[in-house]
Amino acid sequence: MLSLKKKAFVRKHSSAIVNPLWLRLMHWLNALAVILLVLSGWRIYDASPFLGFVIPKELTLGGWLAGALQWHFAAMWLLAINGIAYLLCNLLTGRLFKKFFPLSPREVLKDIAAALRGKFISDDLTRYTAMQRTAYLFIIASLVILVLSGLVLWKSVQFPLLREMLGGYEGARRVHFFAMAAVVVFFPIHLLMVALSPRALLLMIRGR
Amino acid sequence: MNEHSKKPLLSSANETLLRDIRKDMGRFIHQPQRRIFLQHSLTLGGLALLSGCTVVDENSIENALMAISRFNDKVQALLFDPNRLAPTYPQSMITQPFPFNAFYGKNNIPEIEEEDFRLEVTGMVADKRSWTLKELRALPQVDQITRLICVEGWSAIGRWGGIQFSTFLRRIGADLTAKYVGFKCADEYYTSIDMPTALHPQTILTLTYNGEMLPPQYGFPLKLRMPTKLGYKNPKHIHAMFVTNVNPGGYWEDQGYNWFGGS
Ligand code: HEM
Repeated sequence: MLSLKKKAFVRKHSSAIVNPLWLRLMHWLNALAVILLVLSGWRIYDASPFLGFVIPKELTLGGWLAGALQWHFAAMWLLAINGIAYLLCNLLTGRLFKKFFPLSPREVLKDIAAALRGKFISDDLTRYTAMQRTAYLFIIASLVILVLSGLVLWKSVQFPLLREMLGGYEGARRVHFFAMAAVVVFFPIHLLMVALSPRALLLMIRGR
Repeated sequence: MNEHSKKPLLSSANETLLRDIRKDMGRFIHQPQRRIFLQHSLTLGGLALLSGCTVVDENSIENALMAISRFNDKVQALLFDPNRLAPTYPQSMITQPFPFNAFYGKNNIPEIEEEDFRLEVTGMVADKRSWTLKELRALPQVDQITRLICVEGWSAIGRWGGIQFSTFLRRIGADLTAKYVGFKCADEYYTSIDMPTALHPQTILTLTYNGEMLPPQYGFPLKLRMPTKLGYKNPKHIHAMFVTNVNPGGYWEDQGYNWFGGS
């Protein structure tokens, strides 16, 4: 029998699985779905760019509107089903509360101060820092909003309550766009944080 | 509205010119835009994702996407609640001017003489006689203000009036257990819808816009208006309709736009 202390020590030092297989699978499937959806979504936005700028076609996926819509309406299933599975697994295993809470604003500020001094990542890779917790909860919420507003855009007549909550069809269109923008802002920050902690990347690939 | 090309968004004059030419050609030749999809479905985004994977050829990707689109048709048919109504709006919210949209420019709108017009009815119906506009106007009329949502993303509110399509289908003795209703239009456009949508209370065989005879740019003399479907599913200038069990497809649908295309 390992004592709790020893267990924690072992975890910290590489042998035990930190990220279970389901999490790693879902994380990478989610990344794929998000990338496909964002790139095809940009092409769809370009068909009627309500913010007055267009996104260069070379950066988009699908070639023309119909192609982009096909990618979008295919990848949406991956995002939604994988996302629901991720939330369920996190809730049922209690991982959600263990990993992402408690979350205190003071801790977040402390992390930011530490980051400004050049210290970005905690030494204990099994625990997320307050900054990571905030970033991940923020991105999870953004993805939930993206799926819900997408549902209104796709089936505005069939989901009247959701539609009215999001400000009607035109409101949902804006919500959808700005939730996408939130994801796009998160992405480079996420990659930067990962780049500063290559060990974390290893953990997200092989679990240990 | 049966279209989705744009007010000039592409800044380059060349692209605008090219689009106009394609638009004009579209009237006479159903240009296989599918090829465009084939050529471009893997632009940078796709290439970046799939680079190195020479085993993934464009055809199999396109086929997979098409198969998912067919699957999405089925899901949408399941989600469609025949009694759920699209929102309606007050007169003051009507979009002005209501946008013109077609796969060709304004100067190519078909000119149709009222006296010559007949609506041809064929397929799985008891009464295959053609209808004049006068006869159509004599049927009970309804009027509604709804939002038209275009596949491009924009939407606009308008007021359309005419015959509840379910009334008309019953009047011609259509087989209501059939799967599809197809439409052929004077501008060579064609499309088709599922029977549950055809029978939806807000589906209207449209004769008027804003209380006046349907103007040419909005589909004179006859349009099918469905607030539960995207613009390209709402055919204008209809001259023939038929009830069938074989999916008749559609102008945009055959090029890759989703067939169900509704909300
Ligand atoms: C393709 C580039 C990506 C890489 C290299 C990457 C890498 C990582 C790594 C290494 C972690 C674990 C961090 C740690 O243990 O400290 C992580 C977690 C996470 N990533 Fe990513 N990621 C990518 C894309 C994305 C995208 C596109 C999203 C969502 C929009 C995303 C959302 C998340 C979330 C929510 C977590 C926390 C998961 C959990 O613990 O439940 N990632 N990512």
